Amino acid sequence: MNKKLRRWRKRIVIALVLFALIFALTELLPLSNWLGGERNAVYVEFALYLIPYAIAGYDVLLKAARNIKNGQLFDENFLMAVATIGAFSLVFFPDSGPHMAEGAAVMLFYQVGELFQQYAVGKSRKSIAAMMDIAPDFANVRNTNGDLEQIDPDSVAVGSEIVVKPGERVPIDGVVVEGSSQLDTAALTGESVPRAIEAGSEVVSGCVNLTGLLVIKTTKPFGESTVSRILELVENAAEKKAHTENFITRFARYYTPAVCGVALVLALLPPLLGFGALSDWVFRGLTFLVVSCPCALVISVPLSFFGGIGGASKLGILIKGSNYLESLASVDTVVFDKTGTLTSGTFGVVAVHPAEGVKSDRLLELAAHAEAYSDHPIAMSVKQAYGARIDETRVSNASEVSGRGVQAKIDGASVSVGNDKLMASLDIDAHNCELVGTMLHVAENGKYLGHIVIADMVKDDAAKTIADLHATGVTKTVMLTGDAEEVARSVASKLGLDEFHAKLLPQDKVAEVERLLDEESKKGRLAFVGDGINDAPVLTRADIGIAMGAMGSDAAIEAADIVLMDDKPSNIAKAIRLSRKTMGIVWQNIVFALGVKLAMLVLAAVGIANMWMAVFADVGVAILAILNAMRCMNVKKFQ
Amino acid sequence: MRKTFKLDELECANCGAKMEAAIKKIDGVVDAKVTFMTQKLVVEADDARFDEIIDEAQAICRKIEPDCEIVR
Repeated sequence: MNKKLRRWRKRIVIALVLFALIFALTELLPLSNWLGGERNAVYVEFALYLIPYAIAGYDVLLKAARNIKNGQLFDENFLMAVATIGAFSLVFFPDSGPHMAEGAAVMLFYQVGELFQQYAVGKSRKSIAAMMDIAPDFANVRNTNGDLEQIDPDSVAVGSEIVVKPGERVPIDGVVVEGSSQLDTAALTGESVPRAIEAGSEVVSGCVNLTGLLVIKTTKPFGESTVSRILELVENAAEKKAHTENFITRFARYYTPAVCGVALVLALLPPLLGFGALSDWVFRGLTFLVVSCPCALVISVPLSFFGGIGGASKLGILIKGSNYLESLASVDTVVFDKTGTLTSGTFGVVAVHPAEGVKSDRLLELAAHAEAYSDHPIAMSVKQAYGARIDETRVSNASEVSGRGVQAKIDGASVSVGNDKLMASLDIDAHNCELVGTMLHVAENGKYLGHIVIADMVKDDAAKTIADLHATGVTKTVMLTGDAEEVARSVASKLGLDEFHAKLLPQDKVAEVERLLDEESKKGRLAFVGDGINDAPVLTRADIGIAMGAMGSDAAIEAADIVLMDDKPSNIAKAIRLSRKTMGIVWQNIVFALGVKLAMLVLAAVGIANMWMAVFADVGVAILAILNAMRCMNVKKFQ
Repeated sequence: MRKTFKLDELECANCGAKMEAAIKKIDGVVDAKVTFMTQKLVVEADDARFDEIIDEAQAICRKIEPDCEIVR
């Protein structure tokens, strides 16, 4: 709470205390007996209630006067001024009961609501700013004396060397020249496991250096570094307003004047036609004015979107605008470009199938040792799957059989590792397997031991992602790939995808997405997920383009509407759930606020609701709507 | 020219919407956007009149919310 808010709060508290004292005084003490008559008591009360009224609301009255001068009718200050002054002046209608208490209370509680609103908005602004506080304010550079100097990262030229100490944030994207350390990328990706880096590794700005001193050669200027781009992106996100947001703004523009008009008619027409007393109807009209303020709605909608976008960025999901958050909630078709999204795009061991009586570890051990001297991608993935250190002293006579595999003597036994052709040439009966991929058969001394299947690795969380998507209500999941039919079929069936299209050239992918867009229902939206490499046309063509694994890839950040900082597809389901939650809160607020307001209008028109009820309804709705909107920032359950 | 300004003391969402509508109507303004949550004003306008336009925008903001100030 800043100074201004604190002063304001003090003023309201004083007014509230005074109001309570006066209220108790006038209700409990027999004032009319003491002052010699009902009328006199009313005038004393009138004067008394003016004190808390003026303390709480003098600024509202001043603003209202100034706005009338400036031709700004129908703002909330004007409404409140008219309603409260009207309530006070009912004292001059001798046939009506006194309404000063209501007048003062309306002003007081209106101010309580306003104070709360500003406090809440300020808090949200601050907490989102804190979430985004990943921009380092300095870079350590060696000066001519060899001493470290902290300078503005903006003035570091591309290709200079900067030093990042443990505990500091990497200010600029670059490559490690010296040192090794662990990097905390949580601020960028939401991933809590630190990443190990050493000389030669690329590092992106915004990560925190955890353990060792690093010397980094910058590859980009500060302004184009990841951290600057992300900040820019999130800060500008609120500019792209959602339909719901524009709808509410437009609605507010007509709602307030309309209610004021109705209030005027309500106050004057029935008494002119001879129904009831003028003071009665004027009071109902004034109650209308109290209900007519659209503030709660107008504030809670952008607050929800802002909170949703801020919360998403905490999870490593960057949403470029409220409009995208809104469309994401109605996604019912998700199209994946296979490589880089569902599969990692690198080869890996997907299955080890030993023959009977053989342990799978033994199979991997033999294969890894036979491939000890090879650096073919397939050999590398076998060695990676084996994991343990390879003892090269056990290996002798290693040779490569071109296009077929390798042969070597391991612990004296002759081991052959390779494809069908190699096995056939050795007269070994190899079993093929139902899995799709590259088969690596292993034989020892002419005896078949089994095979290892190597393929483009399906990501760990890919199957869960598809299941999650279906669970969130996505009806169609489609995979597009340039790969062969069987590979696509096997991945699609393993993951439970609804549809797949194989052997597609990049331009075919655009055509396929366009066909799917045509099939979309009017309300449904289509999201395309790509890895940001070569799929910019499709990303822009889809209703929502999602680029993933985008840390450091400018092209992807540029082309996509939503950027997933790490390469986990499960974040897509998270993003959709989060957007649904946000939209849910937005609509709860709209329906709730409008519902209460409409109900109050009806009750006020027929004379059931008085001003007390109106002001409590108004302030209550505002506070509840804002508290509800602030829930959007809370993303704990998605982490 | 397109420029972003901070709007100090922009504290009412509806006022932000009103400012946006009014600034868009200033002669020479191509597009204007007021974002309540980030307290930002983006103006895209004629280079030749840019400073004058911002002066006019400031006057509009003051009219709608007296404490509101465009930080330049």
